[in-house]
Amino acid sequence: MSVLIFAELDQGEVKVASLEALYYGANVAQELQTSATALVIGTTSADLASLGQYGVTKVLHVSDEKLNAANALAYASVLAAAVELEQASVIVIAKSSLGDTLAARSAGKLKAGLVSNVTELPDTSNGFRVKHSIYTGKAFAITEMREGRKILTLKKNVVSPELSQATASVESFSPSIPETDFVAKVIQTEKATGEISLSDADIIVSGGRGMKGPEHWKPLEELAEALHAATGCSKPVSDLDWRPHHEHIGQTGLKVSPNVYIACGISGAIQHLAGVNGSKVIVVINKDPEAPFFKAADYGIVGDVFDILPRLTKAAREQLV
Amino acid sequence: MKILVCLSIVPDTTAKISFTDGDTKLNKTGVQFIAGPYDDYALSRAVDLKEQLGGTVTVLNVGDADGEPIIRKALAVGADDAIRVNAEPRDAYFVAEQIAAIAQRESYDLILMGRESIDFNGGQVHGIVGEMLGLPSYSPVMKLEITGHTAQLTREIEGGKELLEAPLPLVLGCQEPIAEWKIPNMRGIMTARTKPLNVVEPTGQDSLTQATRFELPPAKGAVKMIPAAEAETLITLLRTEAKVL
Ligand SMILES: Cc1cc2nc3c(=O)[nH]c(=O)nc-3n(C[C@H](O)[C@H](O)[C@H](O)COP(=O)(O)OP(=O)(O)OC[C@H]3O[C@@H](n4cnc5c(N)ncnc54)[C@H](O)[C@@H]3O)c2cc1C
Ligand SMILES: Nc1ncnc2c1ncn2[C@@H]1O[C@H](COP(=O)(O)O)[C@@H](O)[C@H]1O
Repeated sequence: MSVLIFAELDQGEVKVASLEALYYGANVAQELQTSATALVIGTTSADLASLGQYGVTKVLHVSDEKLNAANALAYASVLAAAVELEQASVIVIAKSSLGDTLAARSAGKLKAGLVSNVTELPDTSNGFRVKHSIYTGKAFAITEMREGRKILTLKKNVVSPELSQATASVESFSPSIPETDFVAKVIQTEKATGEISLSDADIIVSGGRGMKGPEHWKPLEELAEALHAATGCSKPVSDLDWRPHHEHIGQTGLKVSPNVYIACGISGAIQHLAGVNGSKVIVVINKDPEAPFFKAADYGIVGDVFDILPRLTKAAREQLV
Repeated sequence: MKILVCLSIVPDTTAKISFTDGDTKLNKTGVQFIAGPYDDYALSRAVDLKEQLGGTVTVLNVGDADGEPIIRKALAVGADDAIRVNAEPRDAYFVAEQIAAIAQRESYDLILMGRESIDFNGGQVHGIVGEMLGLPSYSPVMKLEITGHTAQLTREIEGGKELLEAPLPLVLGCQEPIAEWKIPNMRGIMTARTKPLNVVEPTGQDSLTQATRFELPPAKGAVKMIPAAEAETLITLLRTEAKVL
C-alpha cells in the first residue's frame, strides 16, 4: 500500500498544480502511514530528487522521448504499471486536460473509484471520504470511496505546500506500453509558449465584451504583465474570436481557482461565475454599478476599464518590484 | 456511420442549487433539468455527420423516467432512436458499464459524449468506457471531421490545441465549437413522438463511490467598493489587506 502521485511536465518542468498534488499526496500517505512516490513521464533536465521537498520519498522517472507529447492513453498504461510496482492504493493527479483523461482511463483500467475536483485532505477516520467541488463550483459533496484503489483529481490552489529539506531517490522506470496507445497521429500542435499558463496562474486578469474589441486588449495585457498574471476572457469574447478559445473561462470553458481574479468589463453571468467561484479574491471593474458580478466580488470599482486599467498598471509597477 | 450519443440529464446552468433531507439529496423543487450543454454539442455534431455521411444516431441516457421529455427533445433534433437504461446513475463507473454493455452489442463507429457532465463535473465516463471497450478516447474535442474510416479531430490542450488523426471506432468527449446547438423545429417535434425510445434494465452493480452529504460554499462577505477616483488603492489593498500580491 502506498500513494502514487502523477507529476505532469510542461516544457520539461513539473507544473505548479502537480507540485501541489505531490504535497497533497504526501500528506495522504502520512495519514495512511505509508509512503508517497511521484511518477514523472517524459525527458527532463529538472532536478527530480528535489521533489522530495514536497514529501515524496521516491520518484519513478520514465525518460522516454516518445512520451514527451502528452498522450493520455500511453500515460495511463505507464501509470497502471507504476501502480502495480508500488502497490499503490491511492493515486493523486492534478486536474488538467491531460490529468482528467489520464484519471478516467486509469480508473477504467484499474477498476478504481474516481473522484474529481477534490478540495480537501481525505477523512480516513472511518473509511475514506473526500470533499470535492460539484455543480461547477456551486456546491460540495462528501463522497465515500469504497474498498479498493482510489484515484483523486485535485483542484488547483487547495493546498499550500510547506517545503522540507528532504530529497527523494530517483529510479528510472521503463514499463512496456502497448502500440495501440499510439494509434492517433499527431498532425499539428499549437501551443502558446512563454506566457503564463492560465490553469497554473496565481493571478488572472480577464476581459469581457466591455473591452469593446480585440484591438483594445493592450491595457489589460499591460496590467497582466505588471502583476505577472495570465489573461482570460468571457465566452462571447472567444466566440467573437477576439481572444483564443483556450482563454475562455466559465461553465463551458476553463474553471480556474487563482489567488486573485480581476474581471474587466464582464457582466458576471452565472455561467461565467461557474468558472471563477474557486478564486480566493475576486476584483470586478465595470461601469455599470448594477452588474451582477459585484455580488460575487471582494473588491469592486465602478468605472470605465479604459480609465482604470492604465492607472492600476502604473500603481502595480510602482509598488511591485 | 453508426453513432451513439450519451446524454446526461442535469440541472440547468442557471439553477440555484440547494439540498434537502439533511443535506443528502438535491432539492429538485424549481430546478429545470436539461441535457448537459456539452452533450448537446455532441448530439448536434452527430446529427450533422449523419446528414453528411448517412447512417443513424442513437441517444442513450442512464436515468429514471423523468428524463424522457429531454430524451424526446434529442429525437426532435434529429436522433433516430433512443435507449434509456432504467437506473439511477450511481457513479461514473456504473454509468460507463451500462454504456459499454450496449456498445458491445451494437458496435458503433463513434461514441460521442460531452467533455463532462455539469452536475459532478467528472469528465470520467468517456475514458472509462474507452477502457472497457478497448477503444481510444479523446477529450475535449472541439472539431471533428470524418473521412472514410478516419477521424480528424482537434483537441484542446492547455494553452493551445492539437490536431489528431485516428481510425474509427472512437470514444470522444466533445465541447464547443464542435457544432452549433440545434433547436428542434415543429416537424422534428411531431416525428419525435413516434420514434422508438427503448427502456432497458441495467447490468452490473458496480458503483465504487457514493456521495454521502452535500454542502454549500460559505456565504460571500460584502464587496468592498473602491471609488474610481482612488482606483490605485486596489493594488495596496490586494497587497496589505488581502495579501494576495
Ligand atoms: C449553456 C451556457 C453556457 C455558457 N457558458 C459560458 C462560459 O463558460 N463563460 C462565459 O463567460 N459565458 C458563458 N455563457 C454566456 C453567459 O451567459 C454570458 O452571456 C456571458 O458571460 C457574458 O459575457 P460578458 O460579460 O463578456 O458580456 P456582457 O454580458 O455583454 O457584459 C459586458 C459588461 O461590460 C460592461 N462594460 C461595457 N463597457 C465598459 C467599460 N468601458 N468599462 C467597464 N465596463 C464596461 C457592461 O456594463 C457589462 O456588464 C454561457 C451561456 C449559456 C447559455
Ligand atoms: N447518466 C448518464 N447517461 C448517459 N450518459 C452520461 C451519463 N452521465 C454522463 N454521461 C456522459 O458522459 C459524459 C461525461 O460525464 P462525467 O464523466 O459524468 O463528467 C457526459 O457529458 C455524458 O455524455
